[in-house]
Amino acid sequence: MTWSSIIFAGIITYFTRMTMVALVDRDLLGERIKAVLAYVPSAVFPAIIFPGIFITDGAFIEMNDPKIFGAIVAILVGYFSRNVIATILSGLFSYWIIIFLL
Amino acid sequence: MFTKKQLLIKGLLSVAPHMFSVIPFGIVCGAIGIELGFSPILVYAMSIIIFGGASQIVFLQLLSGGASTLIAVTSVGVINSRHLLYGAVLSEYLEKLSFIKKLLISYLVVDQGFAESNKFFQKNKNEPYLHYHLLGSGGTLWIFWQLSTLAGIILGSFVPEELGLKFAVPLTFIAIVVQDLKKLDHVIVMITCGLSSLLFFDAPFKSYIIISPLIALFVAALVLRLKK
Repeated sequence: MTWSSIIFAGIITYFTRMTMVALVDRDLLGERIKAVLAYVPSAVFPAIIFPGIFITDGAFIEMNDPKIFGAIVAILVGYFSRNVIATILSGLFSYWIIIFLL
Repeated sequence: MFTKKQLLIKGLLSVAPHMFSVIPFGIVCGAIGIELGFSPILVYAMSIIIFGGASQIVFLQLLSGGASTLIAVTSVGVINSRHLLYGAVLSEYLEKLSFIKKLLISYLVVDQGFAESNKFFQKNKNEPYLHYHLLGSGGTLWIFWQLSTLAGIILGSFVPEELGLKFAVPLTFIAIVVQDLKKLDHVIVMITCGLSSLLFFDAPFKSYIIISPLIALFVAALVLRLKK
């Protein structure tokens, strides 16, 4: 039962990846939609970022949660360094410093 | 003009820094599956069959929590429906590929690979072999996802929960969008999406992950209209 549901979930997931690439003719999309699609990264990734910071185990965090500090450090470091590794590590380490040292 | 090999390597290098987040998250993902009492083969098979981090965790958590398989499968579908948006963006650059190649490369469309390859595509629209960049980015993510979930399955409970490794996930996406904070229209779209995701977090089937991008894209359309 679990196996068949995994395979089913896999097929559905594959269709989410494949449908727009292989099945839908891009000419069907109008110019206005294409212009809006340029915002997809900015419109999608905050839905992963915000809950990843502000929600822990289904509940809102406190305002002094170390994740907020880590995120602010990561945003500042990322903005000025333009470096992905520096962004991730600065966020993680500043988060760990608060958890383990303070 | 770049050769196929150069594009493949560029794709690989573009996602390499994200491994600092992909590997910890993969380990957590594998470890959670074992912790919840699922068989190692089953937990690992998901990395090949589903190949979508967050949805794999949610699937196992729902099943172990006693939810029906219908609910678990639906949730995976809803969480991964964001790929439809990635596909719509990428289709412009993959248009010329044969149908078979489109079917094959689609399997490798994932968040970070989409994000980095899309950035490259926007600057190099006229390259003939653009899909090799996606092959490089998606392929690299695939390999490291397999290895890291496998490591998590083997390490299992040795991964200390206090490390909060899941926090690497929002950080990797901050790195992707942070330069767009320079553009007011993008900031508006990002904040709309972020606040919507918190507002709709408890909506059924984790649907906040597709509801909030759709709201944000609607706002993007309004912004575009105002800019004219």
